[in-house]
Amino acid sequence: MTVNPDKPIKFSSLHRLQWEEAQQKYIILYPEGMVELNQSSAEILKLCDGSRNLAQIVSELELKFATSGLTNDISAFLEVALKNGWIQQN
Amino acid sequence: MAGSNKISNTPPRWLLAELTYACPLQCPYCANPVDYAKYQTELSTEDWKRVLTQARKMGAVQLGFSGGEPLTRKDLPELVKHARDLGYYSNLITSGYGLTEEKIIQLKEAGLDHIQVSIQASTQELNDHIAGTTSFQHKKEVAHLVKKHGYPMVLCVVIHRENIHQMAQILEMAEELGADYLELANTQYYGWAHANRDLLLPTKEQFEQAEQIAQAYKEKVAGKMKIYYVVPDFYEDRPKACMNGWGTTFLTIAPDGVALPCHSARELPGLDCPNIKDYSIEEIWNESKAFNLFRGLEWMKEPCRSCDEKEKDFGGCRCQAYLLTGDMYNADPVCSKSPDHAVIQQAIDSAAKNALAADEKPLIFRNSKNSRLLS
Repeated sequence: MTVNPDKPIKFSSLHRLQWEEAQQKYIILYPEGMVELNQSSAEILKLCDGSRNLAQIVSELELKFATSGLTNDISAFLEVALKNGWIQQN
Repeated sequence: MAGSNKISNTPPRWLLAELTYACPLQCPYCANPVDYAKYQTELSTEDWKRVLTQARKMGAVQLGFSGGEPLTRKDLPELVKHARDLGYYSNLITSGYGLTEEKIIQLKEAGLDHIQVSIQASTQELNDHIAGTTSFQHKKEVAHLVKKHGYPMVLCVVIHRENIHQMAQILEMAEELGADYLELANTQYYGWAHANRDLLLPTKEQFEQAEQIAQAYKEKVAGKMKIYYVVPDFYEDRPKACMNGWGTTFLTIAPDGVALPCHSARELPGLDCPNIKDYSIEEIWNESKAFNLFRGLEWMKEPCRSCDEKEKDFGGCRCQAYLLTGDMYNADPVCSKSPDHAVIQQAIDSAAKNALAADEKPLIFRNSKNSRLLS
């Protein structure tokens, strides 16, 4: 199972992404468990709304943080996210 | 209140709301206290709402609605809605008994995130025997409905000597029912399970065989169904890191409002567990004697005190130390470094002997009559 670069990426309907005031960070919630996210992981997942593919997510974040060369890092994280079931592709 | 306010306390993350001890099932390994029948009072809706609000403010985010059977509380949808408004991730931990499609939809609309359904075995005959109630077909229907309405589903099967031989069929059943997660919970021997241990504890060979089957299946269903395997600590040589450390993460509120550092802690002597009717969650978590008693490492005796693994397992489980050695400050006797470790082998031998005896004693089912007899 790997991320298909052409297809849009959607956050899993079986998980919830949420900002936690007490922890001052984003977390992923799922049955009886949670994962704390660092800022860059959260920024990536927030863009996984079913309307963007990998290249679109990369360009949006490169624009937002006025940088370039993020493809490898973002793609590696999305592979982990897919393996954990946090994101889906139809 | 007694104890000192330690500013280094981590806040609770996990709130287990045991809404009631009432349950239509009679599972002989129930985690409720054996003397549950003497606790008749239940918190009001307003009490529960206050608890949820206060714990959430401290940082609790995972919420389990449990029991008994939480569906027996008429205000469950109202509490689920309150929890959703506060931003909790709500888990309903149910036997499925009494769960209709209408209720599943109502709870979804109220904001319930996940439903965990327990099944006792892979066959109707054994399921209904263990549950003490005709429930197998209904549970399977409930599992289908939970998936139909878009919930993530955990199927929970408690494993013991009566059903461990069905491991392969249990795995197939879970896959067929579309479970997203299968929790294979080897019985932990507290409460009713402690009273029935001679009849429930499998042999090491049975454990190993079942575990092999489960591990192989894990690979087969990778990416489709996650399998959580709760290890049987009687066959380990180090104890579990119980509750992720006392008073660090977990907060249980019992049906009558007593706050517990773990759902079995009611069995421990002299803990003076505070009630949410008398104190706020913050006072209970930070200042009560009960929540500070085994916090950190200072309370430890030898061999834990000088052990280089003490920060890994925190000396194991306080309830198990008390039940098996009579002293809740002792090392969990599961640990091979414990001077009391022999009690584990004695328990294993006793169960094996009982399994072979011609006059095997009967299971004590969890019901109010037996609860009064045992208390």
